[in-house]
Amino acid sequence: MSDDQKPKNIQDMFERNIFALLTATALSFSIAGIVEIVPLFHLKSSVDYTEKTDEYGNVKNERFPELVWERTFTEDENGKLVSEKALYKEDANGNWVLADWKPGDGVRPYTPLELAGRDLYIREGCYICHSQMIRPFRDERERYGHYSLATESMYDFPMQWGSKRTGPDLARLGGKYSDEWHVMHMLRPQDVVPESVMPAYPWLADNMVSDDFFGTKRDMVKRLSVMRTLGVPYTDEEIENANKAIAGFTEMDAMVAYLQVLGTMVKLDDSKVYRQ
Amino acid sequence: MDTTAKPQYDDGVVKYLTVGAVVFLVIGTLVGTFAAAQLAWPALNFDIAEITFARLRVIHTNTVIFAFGGMTLMATAFYTVQRTNGVRLWSNGLAWWTAILFTIGLLATVTSIGLGITTGKEYHEQEWPIAIAIAVVWTMYTFNFVLTIASRNKETHSHVYVSNWFFMGMMIAITYLYVINGLAVPVSWFNSYPLFGGVQGAMIQWWWGHNAVGFFLTAGFLAIMYYFVPKQAQRPIYSYRLSVIHFWALMFGYVWLGAHHLQYTALPDWAGSLGAVISLAMIIPSWGGALNGMLTLSGAWDRLRTDYILRFLIMSLAFYAMSTFEGPVMAAKSVNALSHYTDWTVGHVHSGALGWVAMVSIGAIYHMVMKLWKTEMYSMQLINVHFWLATIGTVFYVVAMWVSGIMQGLMWRAYDEYGTLAYTFAESVAAMHPYYVMRAFGGFIFFLGAAVMLYNIVMTIRTAEARSANKVESLA
Repeated sequence: MSDDQKPKNIQDMFERNIFALLTATALSFSIAGIVEIVPLFHLKSSVDYTEKTDEYGNVKNERFPELVWERTFTEDENGKLVSEKALYKEDANGNWVLADWKPGDGVRPYTPLELAGRDLYIREGCYICHSQMIRPFRDERERYGHYSLATESMYDFPMQWGSKRTGPDLARLGGKYSDEWHVMHMLRPQDVVPESVMPAYPWLADNMVSDDFFGTKRDMVKRLSVMRTLGVPYTDEEIENANKAIAGFTEMDAMVAYLQVLGTMVKLDDSKVYRQ
Repeated sequence: MDTTAKPQYDDGVVKYLTVGAVVFLVIGTLVGTFAAAQLAWPALNFDIAEITFARLRVIHTNTVIFAFGGMTLMATAFYTVQRTNGVRLWSNGLAWWTAILFTIGLLATVTSIGLGITTGKEYHEQEWPIAIAIAVVWTMYTFNFVLTIASRNKETHSHVYVSNWFFMGMMIAITYLYVINGLAVPVSWFNSYPLFGGVQGAMIQWWWGHNAVGFFLTAGFLAIMYYFVPKQAQRPIYSYRLSVIHFWALMFGYVWLGAHHLQYTALPDWAGSLGAVISLAMIIPSWGGALNGMLTLSGAWDRLRTDYILRFLIMSLAFYAMSTFEGPVMAAKSVNALSHYTDWTVGHVHSGALGWVAMVSIGAIYHMVMKLWKTEMYSMQLINVHFWLATIGTVFYVVAMWVSGIMQGLMWRAYDEYGTLAYTFAESVAAMHPYYVMRAFGGFIFFLGAAVMLYNIVMTIRTAEARSANKVESLA
């Protein structure tokens, strides 16, 4: 009744006062985020007990030490951030190669070429058809490998777990095929896998990875330094050399470098239960 | 005709948004159909980067969800808020700016995705400059809507009608989720890295992702249902109490569901289970809402024979009930183990998107076109044709994806008599071919219906004046 000015109950009050309704609505859908999301930033179990050791994103894992590549950052006399271990370096022939990390040493940041490849993976929308998240089922184990762990995507901004397998899972693709196979497959997918419905990506072989949209340059120095602000640990030297490390490579080289590192960082122990 | 007694409304912007929505429906379903055909015949990718499947698929989702869906939500919200509160828009100018900038933002989104500029986050692909613009436009939309309600005459309109609650809940939730999920650090004008990565990023991404469905495509379209079903049926909503329960259960419950997209992944088990439990519980309010709409027709069911617009609205509620039953089933862990990563999910989404969202919008749009241009439709028979094209197209699409999705899931986990995997992945892809063809066919039928609708509406608008002149003559 409109002549009754006193709200009869709380619902009646909301229906008369739009701002009260607005506030109550906003509060009621905030609860889920507080319960479901906030703990993920605090509970160690949500990232397999991997812990940060510094503000730059270096990590350790006391329970499962094999999961992460540990190193420590210090400032040298010039105020530069350095580490006792290097991720990548220039070899005697002028090639940029991995330095103190070997496959299986644990999760580490991507090299500039791998990160550029990852950006291309996102540009081409590979995640629309390929997941990178193996579930703990017998068939997935046999088809793709050990189930995925949260630590394995801790340096992934954004994560590429995917939601659909129009093509197979790629979480442990690295090392399964040769580089040449990947190049052939991306140029002419149906020549390699006749049943495939994957599009061909011939332009990857023609474009240089250092070129970005509309004639701009792909600034890997900027990209690595933004990654560090997000919590991916790179030393100053690794950031400074990032553009040199992708010079001369095609987009195809970068994409293959990324695909070949997928799932190769950690050597998981079959006898351990990483996740309940 | 007694038009002078009614208050005048700001309908120009509603007209623009209504026609815009239909144009985007035609474009979006056409792009979707072509992308579906690419999966059946990969040669259709033509080695052209801009139209490869993955980019077209994202163009399709953005066109149908945010362009068609968004413009429908804006048109209906601006239309209903004036009529349920008995006032004009708080600011007609702001509404026009909202509509124009939203159109530009959507065109920019679609173009940039074609070029490969994307965040790589599903249903949030806009890169940061466009995302900021969209968030601002959305806030303008919300602001205008809420202030229009606040400016009502409290003597004549003391209580805010239920459709407005749903619209406002949707607007606030979308702003909140979109902004948090979109937080990112730019690395250039065309790229950014999101603030949240890894497992936290996954949860936040699907917290948004599921609510692009739960709020944008459900709460918003329920607002449409709560206004247009009673209007078209010319009866009050079946139960006021049910709508109160429906509203609060959705506002509280939907936000939890994102976690069910991450069952058995590296997301902690407790979070996935929580998502699954609340998903199951959501059957009750969802069905309450669907029944509330359907039972509004009690005593007037015969009108379905003659009123083609009502058919769209009631069919949409049937699909709403079906997909809100299917969704919780798929969220249950044992079913999800099979359905996740398969085309079953795609089928589920389309039974909701084509059957529920598109059909309720289509019904509302036909209703609005007649009111806005003060005329009958150019052809009622074409609405009937559209109804059958839309229904048959949806059924073809959804059935193809159900059958093939379950087949896919079963093939992946099948073992032969020696205890080894029975099928290679490539064999499961080959087995999909006939279903991909059938799906593309269903999508094409649905697209044809949308094209018929556009034609019918364009002809209605072009002949509206002539027809109303005739009417006056025949009355005189």
